[in-house]
Amino acid sequence: MSNVSATLPRATRRPPWAGVWRVLAYLLLLLVALSMAIPFLWMVSTSLKTNEAVFAVPPAMLPSPVQWDNYAEVFRVVPFALFGFNSLKISSLATLGTLISCSMAAFAFARLRFPGRGVLFAILLSVLMIPSQVTLIPVYYVMAQLGWINTHYPLIVPSWFGNAFGIFLLRQFFLTLPQELMDAAKIDGCTPYGVYARIWLPLAKPALATLAILTFINSWNDFLSPLIYLNDQSMMTIPVGLSSFQGLHNADWGPLMAAAFMGCLPMVVLFVAGQRYFVQGIVLSGLKG
Amino acid sequence: MDDSIGPVGRPTARIGQAAQIARQGTVRLWLSRLVNSDAVAGYVLLLPTIAGLLLFSLGPVVASALLSFTRWDGLSAPVWTGTENYQLLLSDPVFWTALRNTAFYTVGSVVPSIALALLLAIAVNQKIRGVVFFRTLFFLPVVSPPVAIAILWGWLYNPQYGLINAVLDRLGLPLGQWLADPSTALPSIMILSIWNSLGYNMVLFLAGLQGIPQEMYEAATIDGAGAWARFRHVTLPLLSPTTFFVLVLAMIGAFQLFDYVFIMTQGGPMYSTLSIVLYIYQMAFQNFKLGYASSLAYVLFVIIALVTFVQFRLQRRWVHYE
Repeated sequence: MSNVSATLPRATRRPPWAGVWRVLAYLLLLLVALSMAIPFLWMVSTSLKTNEAVFAVPPAMLPSPVQWDNYAEVFRVVPFALFGFNSLKISSLATLGTLISCSMAAFAFARLRFPGRGVLFAILLSVLMIPSQVTLIPVYYVMAQLGWINTHYPLIVPSWFGNAFGIFLLRQFFLTLPQELMDAAKIDGCTPYGVYARIWLPLAKPALATLAILTFINSWNDFLSPLIYLNDQSMMTIPVGLSSFQGLHNADWGPLMAAAFMGCLPMVVLFVAGQRYFVQGIVLSGLKG
Repeated sequence: MDDSIGPVGRPTARIGQAAQIARQGTVRLWLSRLVNSDAVAGYVLLLPTIAGLLLFSLGPVVASALLSFTRWDGLSAPVWTGTENYQLLLSDPVFWTALRNTAFYTVGSVVPSIALALLLAIAVNQKIRGVVFFRTLFFLPVVSPPVAIAILWGWLYNPQYGLINAVLDRLGLPLGQWLADPSTALPSIMILSIWNSLGYNMVLFLAGLQGIPQEMYEAATIDGAGAWARFRHVTLPLLSPTTFFVLVLAMIGAFQLFDYVFIMTQGGPMYSTLSIVLYIYQMAFQNFKLGYASSLAYVLFVIIALVTFVQFRLQRRWVHYE
C-alpha cells in the first residue's frame, strides 16, 4: 500500500486519474487473487478437519483440533502411494518419448531439406485440430487387440511417436538457431544425425525443458485415457485414483480433500520450480501460431 | 567415388583384390552418402512421427468415419447399417440436449473468461509490483489436475455444508442449490471453468500486450487520444491476433468438456450437464454402442472444424495483422 503513495507525486504530473487506475488495477488483481487462493486454502483447511468440524454450520475457518489422520486414512483406504508411483512412471516415460521423437522431427522440419517437407508439416498441423475423442474408439480397439488394456502401454507408447504440438514448439526454437552452425559442422564432416545429437540438442535445452514441463503436467493430469484403459486399482494414476476414491467415500470430505491436495501438490511444486519455462512455452506456442 | 584407391602392391597379384576392395569401398561410401544426405536423414528422423500420424491420427480418423456407419459392440464384427446411426442421432433428444449444453457452456465460459483475462492482463501490465506473485496464484488452477479441482468445487458447492452457501448466508444473500438444481448446475460448472482458465488466458494476453510498441501509445496521446480512445483504437486492434488465437483455442477446449461433469454430476441432474464427450463416453464404454458413439464423435469433430473455419473466415473482419 506504500506503493500507492509513492506513485502520487508522479500522478500529479500525469493526468490526475492515472493513480486511480493503478489503485483500481491493484484492487482487481487482489480480488481475483483472493478468489484463486481461497478454494485452495479451503481444501487444505478441510483436509485437516474432523468429521464433526467438516459438517459444522456455519463452518470454522481453521481446523481445530487438527486431524492429521485424514492423510493417513487416504493411504489406508486406497493405494495412494502406488497411484503416485504409477503417475510418476507414466508421466516420466511419456515425457522422455515426447522429447526424443518431437526433437528429431522438429530438427528435420527446421533444418533439413527434403521433398514433401511442406506437405508433411501442413498435415501435421491440421492434425492439431482433430479432437482426441474422434480417434479414441479405433485406438482403443487397436490397444485391445495388442492385449494392452489394463496396462500402462496405451498411456506411454503413443508419446514415442511424436505429437504436433511438441514438434511445432521445438521447430519454432530450432529456427532461431543460426544455420551457420550446421554448415560449419557439416564441413567438419559431421553427419546430420551428429549435428542433431551433438550440436542442436545441447543448444535446445531451454526449449526441451519447456516442452518437458508442459508434457509432464499434461500427462499427470490426463483423465479420460487412464479412465478407459485402466481397470485395476493397482494400475491407476492419481486422477483416476482420486475419482475411484471419491466413488468409494462420497461424503468423507476430510480424507477426500487430503487426497485432492496431495494430487495437486506435485504439479504446483513443479510449476513454481519451472515457472519461467512454463510461461515461455505457453507464449512461444501461443503467439507464433 | 574418386578416392577408391586400392592398396599399393605387386600389380598382377593384387589387382583382383584391389578392385574388389575398391568396389566394396565405393558401395559403402555411396551408402553412407545416401544415409547421411539431408533428404534421407529427414525421413529417418521423421520415421516415428510419420508412423504415429498413420497409427494414432489419420488411420483412426478414417476408421472412426467408417465405424460411424456400423452397429458394433466391440466384440463381434461391426455390421454395416448405412446412415442409421445418423438418423438415430437426429431423433435422439439426449443428443440434442448434450449439444445444447455443450454450446451453452462454450459460449458462457469462453466469452467471460476472455473478457476478464484481458482486463487482468491490462491491470498486470500497468508496471505493477508482484507480477510473479499474481501470476503464480492465477496459475494454481491451471496446473492442478482437473479431477482434484472438480472434487474441490463439488465440496465448495455443497448446498448444506459448502463454503459458497456459508458465505452467502453470512452476507444475508439467498442460498443456491448449485449442482443439485438442473437450472443452476451447468452455470455452476461454467463459473468453475472461468475461474480455472483465467491464468492461462491472461498470460497469453500479457504477451500480446507487451508486443505492442510503446510509440503507438505516445503517438495516440499526442493526437489527443484519452485512455478509452487509446484502448479502443490502439490496444484492441493491435491485440486482435492474440484475441483471435485465445478465442479459437478456448472454444476447441470448451467443446471437449468432460472431466468436470464426469466427476461432479455424471451429466445430471436431469441431463442438465450432459456434454457431448460425456455422452460419447457413456455410449462407448458403458453401453458398448461403439458405432453410435463414433457417429457422435464425428458430429463433434465436424462442429469443431466448422466453428474453427467460420472463425478463420470472420477474422478478416476484425483481426488486424501488421
